[in-house]
Amino acid sequence: MAALPKFIGQPIRRREDPRLITGEGTYVDDVKLAGMLHAALMRSPYAHAKISSVDLSAARKHPGVICALSGEDLAGRLPSLPCVAPAQNVPEHPALARGKVRYVGDAVAIVVATDPYTARDAIDLITADFDPLPAVVDAEKALQPGAPLIHENFGTNLAAKAEMTPPGFDKAMSEADKTLKFRLVNQRLTPTMMEPRGVVAHWEHGYKQLTLWSSTQIPHLLRSQLADMLKLGENKIRVIAPEVGGGFGAKLNVYAEEALLGYLAMELDRPIKWIETRRENMAATTHGRGHVTYVEVGFKNDGAITAIKAKFFCDMGAYLQLLTPAIPSFTALMVPGCYRVGALAFEQNLIFTNKMATDAYRGAGRPEACYLIERTMDMVAAELGMDPVQVRRKNFIPKDAFPFTTAAGLQYDSGDYEGALNKALAMVGYDKLRTEQAAARQQGRYLGIGVSTYVEICGIGPSALLPPKLKGGGWESATVRVEPDSKVTVLTGVSPHGQGQETSFAQIAADALGIDIDDINVLHGDTAIVQYGIGTFGSRATALGGTALVMALGKVQEKMKTIASRLMEVPPQQLIFTNRTIALASDPSKSIPLQKVVEAAYGYKQPIPGVEPGLDASAFFEPSGCTFPFGTHIAVVEVDPQTGAVKFLRYVAVDDCGKIINPLLVDGQLQGGIAQGLGQALYEETVYDENGQLVTASLMDYAIPKAQMVPAIEMANTVTPTNLNPLGVKGVGEAGTIGSTPCVANAVMDALKPFGIRHIDMPLKPEKIWRAIQEAKQAKKG
Amino acid sequence: MQVKITVNGQPREDAVEPRMLLVHYLRDVAGLTGTHVGCETTLCGACTILMNGQAVKSCTMLAVQADGAKLTTIEGLAKNGQLHPLQEGFWEKHGLQCGFCTPGMIMAAVDLLSRNKNPSDEEIRHALEGNLCRCTGYQHIVEAVQYAAHKMR
Ligand code: FES
Ligand code: FES
Repeated sequence: MAALPKFIGQPIRRREDPRLITGEGTYVDDVKLAGMLHAALMRSPYAHAKISSVDLSAARKHPGVICALSGEDLAGRLPSLPCVAPAQNVPEHPALARGKVRYVGDAVAIVVATDPYTARDAIDLITADFDPLPAVVDAEKALQPGAPLIHENFGTNLAAKAEMTPPGFDKAMSEADKTLKFRLVNQRLTPTMMEPRGVVAHWEHGYKQLTLWSSTQIPHLLRSQLADMLKLGENKIRVIAPEVGGGFGAKLNVYAEEALLGYLAMELDRPIKWIETRRENMAATTHGRGHVTYVEVGFKNDGAITAIKAKFFCDMGAYLQLLTPAIPSFTALMVPGCYRVGALAFEQNLIFTNKMATDAYRGAGRPEACYLIERTMDMVAAELGMDPVQVRRKNFIPKDAFPFTTAAGLQYDSGDYEGALNKALAMVGYDKLRTEQAAARQQGRYLGIGVSTYVEICGIGPSALLPPKLKGGGWESATVRVEPDSKVTVLTGVSPHGQGQETSFAQIAADALGIDIDDINVLHGDTAIVQYGIGTFGSRATALGGTALVMALGKVQEKMKTIASRLMEVPPQQLIFTNRTIALASDPSKSIPLQKVVEAAYGYKQPIPGVEPGLDASAFFEPSGCTFPFGTHIAVVEVDPQTGAVKFLRYVAVDDCGKIINPLLVDGQLQGGIAQGLGQALYEETVYDENGQLVTASLMDYAIPKAQMVPAIEMANTVTPTNLNPLGVKGVGEAGTIGSTPCVANAVMDALKPFGIRHIDMPLKPEKIWRAIQEAKQAKKG
Repeated sequence: MQVKITVNGQPREDAVEPRMLLVHYLRDVAGLTGTHVGCETTLCGACTILMNGQAVKSCTMLAVQADGAKLTTIEGLAKNGQLHPLQEGFWEKHGLQCGFCTPGMIMAAVDLLSRNKNPSDEEIRHALEGNLCRCTGYQHIVEAVQYAAHKMR
């Protein structure tokens, strides 16, 4: 048999792909059960209104309708939806609205029918009377006296407030030679995963067991919350996350429909399916971002930042979903970016508005921070007439200063910010570009060069950092089972939905056991099969789940070495795994086939006395700290002053996510992330009008990037491993999104510099840019 | 209403409601769930199939409008267990992540390569304008289509 290659570090094509490119994957909507019913929801057309009546009689009489329920019908039968993150004011959040509706899309009634068309027909037969109330759309205005109250019982629209001004802050600010104050809007975004949400619930009456398929990133955490809500033991709920068509944080939640379907499947004793329409997805799946920030920065004449103060107004929406109030805290913590900021003070106001709840969306708090600090760097550079690169260099945390505790109190594990910056500058040919830019300006062409040097936080842990109510910590789990035929099953607690861990985890296991990746099957996303796990979010899967896997593999290796050492009569410490054998490290020709060891382990040939039969092990990895990937992105754009249109000329990304298991997957994560980040910079914005009507309720009105809107990206890496896990990996799922938004915004602002324009809020649409240019021209004339 | 439709080479005859969308016919009547629904409003492209050799969005048509037509879905693309060059390209070049857009993306690309054997990257991006992908950022998709174009020449 040919020698096996090493798999870690190789661009192995994905093992999940064959089923997906042939149409054989099973997403929630592909699940079909005998006798399955279909649910549809009636949703509020008003942002804020009293519900005077909901008349379901016509819907109930409609042929094929099995049941129709309003919020009142469910009172006392289904508890509030969970928000596990702490906040001063956590409102009741009924699965179906009671008394009032609080955003467009708030669920009012549910209909269950024999087929989906009938269910939707019956929705149209519901007559509901609403008394509209004034809506609160703008988070800043929501705090003004006299603003309509969304939850009257609190007497305020403030969900929570957090403040931090460290001693010495005022002194640090007073040491500045100059200060700048400005306002930044980090607009609300709609995650827009291509597969809308969906749920199938199946109550097996005889077993008193509920099986629930959901398009979720967190099958186990969802199970825990549902068990509470439905009053079932966690061992009586099986949550399956089948193929999941993208999540981006918006499927890291516990939604009304998951609870409703579970509840109704039990009540009706029939399987039920609900599939979200795109309109519902835009209106009633969590949104992201939505911050207005007032920044004050103090700096020396040489560019050194002495102090930053940031006052945030964070738009929570009408209710608090699973982690809604936790997201802004990541923003506050990451404000210092990759810089030695002298001192940081912040105030965060978390505010209710008559809109869908915000929650995690790719980056979850870090893109907001990165945008803040990277725009700040450029503002400081512009004020001082310095090159933005020089201001960054002036403030970088030097590479020999790690582990480094920032002004926000976080400890960064490792970094080489200059290294990534230098590489990106060389790739793009920075100095030459600046010369070209100057020449172009002479010809009336507006080229812009934008830089962002980002750092972000991944793999949040240890467990104490996560809210106890989540019922899951900062750890992750894995089980390795060597089957009697030497094939290996890996059960991971993470829940990949595009990230590719069926491949990268097989690479890790194959190298550890000296076998082929095709001998490994990675299973995930089924709570009846997999040990408790936390799931996939926060770029945690490989750093934490991969490490749990390494630990479980270690336990299995140890047992196999014990057996092999008895069979070979050599000490176990001298053995290695290679080429489907266990061999003597000093002389690999002295070896025993893996299969022989497995046979002994299972006791069907040569059982080893004193060794417990079987060959599997589980491990839970609790990290001692978070990892901090970083990089430099540089965008080169041209702005057409006639139309305000932005065109990409180059995009260079140098990213450092520590060690790389599979470069193909890393590139994919970064490219997709960059597309989403530049989407925020240029195109995307969730818009509600002044009455709280959702304007961006379709893919026509909400502009996610299309193929032509994304440039070809020139990519490279630097590798600065972390010492917080044995793989040295940091995480890469969100880095692209975090680094790209400010980079593109900075590029556009750089292009507009000759007009004297310092800042335009995102998205930088042609119309906005054109207007700003006109205003700047007017101002010059006037 | 009674419709006669050939799906992936198999002639079928089915009774359908006049209002049934073609994509629901494929998924629920013909049992071919590889064609996905991402919007039902002609905007995402997840439901793209070939009708008489041309790409159409199957959420935009009624099943009855396909009466007499020959349809190809993602399930019908591989021949005798041999992947279509586009399927191969998407696999080789990591042209998919969550895979939800992929069947529609591949079908749209089949249409492109039937019209243009030698597309530029720009032409590929242009041709796939009606197909949204939120995961990949499109670059690997462009490479996947180039891979297939090269292989098919
Ligand atoms: S489902 Fe047909 S275009 Fe979106
Ligand atoms: S691969 Fe997920 S939407 Fe394209």
